[in-house]
Amino acid sequence: MIAPFEDVIIQTVCRFLIPFLQVYGLYVIAHGHSSPGGGFQGGVILGASFILLCLSYDIQEMKKRLSPRANVIFFSVGLIIYSGIGVLCLLLGGKYLDYSWLHKILPVGPVEARSMGIFGIEVGVGITVMAVMISIFLDLASEEQHLGS
Amino acid sequence: MKLIALIAVCLTGGLLIYGTMDMPRWGDPRSPASLHVSPRYIEKTLEETAVPNMVTSVLADYRGYDTLGETTVIFTAGIACILLIRRFSR
Repeated sequence: MIAPFEDVIIQTVCRFLIPFLQVYGLYVIAHGHSSPGGGFQGGVILGASFILLCLSYDIQEMKKRLSPRANVIFFSVGLIIYSGIGVLCLLLGGKYLDYSWLHKILPVGPVEARSMGIFGIEVGVGITVMAVMISIFLDLASEEQHLGS
Repeated sequence: MKLIALIAVCLTGGLLIYGTMDMPRWGDPRSPASLHVSPRYIEKTLEETAVPNMVTSVLADYRGYDTLGETTVIFTAGIACILLIRRFSR
């Protein structure tokens, strides 16, 4: 169990750092198209920002921001987004995960629709990776029962 | 019994090393993979997917099933950690 502790320097620095980390994580996810990055990397950065919050304050503080119950829902939602886009392509008449068929419901051509589909699955991957990292960290960091349900 | 296991391991290892003998050299531009698949991705990525980053288009589009599998592995790891480690209050 991580005991709560007070350290003005660490807490202040982390409080300023975490929002920038999260914006940077979103940037890495959103710019996976044109620069190095993507769902896995951005998700890890987002997860690390929450873990930093957990280390600099304590676990209770983090659970106020993101409850473990919501976290479990998050990592299911990420996978559902990914496989849901695949099923959507199937329903629109193409093959599974053939994003070019998304042009029927998006206001772009088939080529841009593939780009949009890639962005959609990056978001799904990012959400899953973030939530799983936080979840594993919470499970390993607290030996007491921490679910609070 | 240990001797048989040792012989089996050495034999399998020898076979594996023998199997690598006729593989193309590392980074050989005339190996089958470099001649057939890679040029197609390099040339067609931009006109087929409108994504300037080739790594992303291969990862998320051409090899979409693979990435779906990876995400499922991560998901399963999270679920397994919850089931094994987390203690639920009664």
